[in-house]
Amino acid sequence: MKKSMILFAGLLLPVMGWAAGGAIYPDDDISIDWSDKAAMQRGAQLFTNYCLSCHSAQYSRYNRVGKDLGISDDLMKENLIFTTNELGEQSKVGSLMTVTMNQEYGEKSFGTAPPDLSLVARSRGTHWLYNYLRGFYLDDARPFGVNNGVFPNVGMPHVLAELEGLKKAVKEEVEDSHGNKHEVITGFEQVSEGSMTPEQYDQAVKDLVAFLDYLAEPYKQTRKNVGTGVLIFLLVLLILAYLLKKEYWKDVH
Amino acid sequence: MSSEGIDKSRRRFLTAATSVVGGAGVVAVAVPFLSSWNPSARAQSAGAPVEANISKLEPGAQIIVKWQGKPVWVVRRDEKALATLDEITPQLRDPDSNESIQPEYCKNHTRSIKPEYLVVVGICTHLGCSPSFRPEITADWLGGFFCPCHGSKFDFAARVHKGVPAPTNLVIPPHKYVSDDVVLIGEDGVA
Amino acid sequence: MSKQNNLLGWIDARFPLTKMWEEHLSKYYAPKNFNFWYFFGSLALLVLVIQIVTGIFLTMQYKPDAALAFSSVEYIMRDVDWGWLIRYLHSTGASAFFVVVYLHMFRGLMYGSYQKPRELIWLFGMFIFLALMAEAFMGYLLPWGQMSYWGAQVIISLFGAIPVIGDDLTLWIRGDFVIADATLNRFFALHVIAVPLILIMLVVMHILALHEVGSNNPDGVEIKKNKDENGIPLDGIPFHPYYSVKDIVGVVVFLMIFSAVVFFMPEMNGYFLEYANFEPANPFKTPEHIAPVWYFTPFYAILRAVPDKLMGVIGMFAAIIVLFLLPWFDRGKVHSIRYRSTAFKGLLVMFVISFIGLGYLGALPATEGRTWFARLFTLGYFGYFIGLWFISKNEKTKPVPERVTS
Repeated sequence: MKKSMILFAGLLLPVMGWAAGGAIYPDDDISIDWSDKAAMQRGAQLFTNYCLSCHSAQYSRYNRVGKDLGISDDLMKENLIFTTNELGEQSKVGSLMTVTMNQEYGEKSFGTAPPDLSLVARSRGTHWLYNYLRGFYLDDARPFGVNNGVFPNVGMPHVLAELEGLKKAVKEEVEDSHGNKHEVITGFEQVSEGSMTPEQYDQAVKDLVAFLDYLAEPYKQTRKNVGTGVLIFLLVLLILAYLLKKEYWKDVH
Repeated sequence: MSSEGIDKSRRRFLTAATSVVGGAGVVAVAVPFLSSWNPSARAQSAGAPVEANISKLEPGAQIIVKWQGKPVWVVRRDEKALATLDEITPQLRDPDSNESIQPEYCKNHTRSIKPEYLVVVGICTHLGCSPSFRPEITADWLGGFFCPCHGSKFDFAARVHKGVPAPTNLVIPPHKYVSDDVVLIGEDGVA
Repeated sequence: MSKQNNLLGWIDARFPLTKMWEEHLSKYYAPKNFNFWYFFGSLALLVLVIQIVTGIFLTMQYKPDAALAFSSVEYIMRDVDWGWLIRYLHSTGASAFFVVVYLHMFRGLMYGSYQKPRELIWLFGMFIFLALMAEAFMGYLLPWGQMSYWGAQVIISLFGAIPVIGDDLTLWIRGDFVIADATLNRFFALHVIAVPLILIMLVVMHILALHEVGSNNPDGVEIKKNKDENGIPLDGIPFHPYYSVKDIVGVVVFLMIFSAVVFFMPEMNGYFLEYANFEPANPFKTPEHIAPVWYFTPFYAILRAVPDKLMGVIGMFAAIIVLFLLPWFDRGKVHSIRYRSTAFKGLLVMFVISFIGLGYLGALPATEGRTWFARLFTLGYFGYFIGLWFISKNEKTKPVPERVTS
């Protein structure tokens, strides 16, 4: 029996662990507190102000966001709904968070159409997002004058520059194991001030990422709550089933 | 194997307890599956209250708006039409709308908030066809609506005639006046 | 006679209800010494039921249309009441199916459940495995994410390696010049009805064949050799109630693990739901690293280990074909690993290490070093079958007991 358990564990082994990606700068960790509704509300505010005009969140509905984050329909309409429907009226509170920018225009302006952001926290991960949004630095070679330490040569301009200000990258040359030389970013230097201090900006990005994490899986908290109940129920059932089995197997010698 | 020393009552108890708890689990599992048939957020969003602008509605005319996928009529009744409502009463099955569906604030003589305007779901209470508007008053027709499917007739307050298949008056949806010109269909309240 | 008996008698005169109940449950005598490894058969049946039920409910909202598929899945996840649960049950169920089936197959290897007279049970089981792989592969295209798209692209391109007809064949399978709406639509049809029908039929045959010859057991002794005066095997116990109550315990434990995944880690760190699949399919941009879902990685690793395209494809299919032929590779008379030679145990350990190693490597991007390991493990995988053929002829086995041990 013991041997079989070891084999069983062995068969499960390949399921554990997942390798991380390449070198990025910055590379700071982020943890998201799902109970902090206020942070997510601030993130929602940033999202609708700065992101939701080029990027859509077309699988999500305003009133769902409002309900989950504790924002009333009227407050949503006043403070968070800046998009319009095809008639040019303000989007309905029950409508999807779509934008009017079309794919073609996006491709022309940015090289690639701005992707939908409903699921970006699931496809890219919150760690990536947190660093990406803090990774813009000045680079004259790029069409919008900025490059990114996490997503090199990204087509997106630094939309949050008015908050963060602008930075330039400090680069160093390093040699890899094959003897090839690369330039890597080792730090940033503030060039011009934004409306926020660096600490405030980090916090703002954190709020925004928290909101994106929510947006990617709005039912995450429900899922865990239901799961806890299900596991407790199954534990009760397990005890009964085990006693039942024991009772019947008294017959077997 | 042997059958000596079996505690039958314990066995019965455990079997019953496991079955009951397991059965409760199965019922609980059925809930999400059955709930998935409820109108989704998309359907609910599409079925949200709609506004109808009645500022350009002429007396005697009708406009149709879509609410929850159903046709809703807004009819502006003129004096003549309103006058028929008393005259026709003996021909009606449920003249006081006691068996019919309407918000409390429309359970009146004209079945409306404002006597002039009738707001009604244009679906026959018989089998779900959409009746047509027949406002012209003749010797044997006092005006109203006629369902082409099975010949049900309704008066200017969408009340059903006697001797036709439709059992009750047409349904009045919840609605309210946001302003003199705009009626919001799908939300309660007399404004 | 009670009313209930009357009704049962009425039915029995018209339909073999009691007869079937007795044949397959209350008078089906199973060896009394089943261990942990014998849970996985009933669990596989449970997962099949979960997949069918959740699958039916998913088809009620899903749209098999390239323009709508991805958003219809997100619609299910967000707009449909409890849709997320139904979808996660189905996506986790797919992986759970393979976990359970792999363990079930490994049980067969350990205790010689494929040996005479159970060759047909094994063959039906292998066809189930094959149908399951087809089912999983086609189902994975349906969410129409980046991995769905490029995974299908790569696997279908494999058929292009077949000489002469390869290119026409891939074109015919796709119904377009790339994976497209036509491919999605036909995979949907196959996934929701054609393959499930075949699967259910095969499962019935698998169980009928099992109940014809009777179950093997961890000692690999034939319980039918020792019967009492009533013709009941001395080491057998009726499946119902003894194994039905035991399997309920297994089912509940399984459901606890299953629920833990569904509710707390449905992505399973990117193994059950790959991260790139949260991006809609984009025919112009391949994800940086394509890996099949974990249950295909051992075979995918064999494919990559062989430097030649055609040979790689042949190698991959051969890896499945040798499994079919296992009953004839093994020429031994002793069933259970408990009484077999050290050489057999060594081979089996090598096989397990190779299979897990291949699975691990198949999920990672190929590097030179990893490819060499993959080749080594490929040899280990096939070496098991060849080695078994040689050692099993004159194997030094331990004496097998007359009766099962407890």
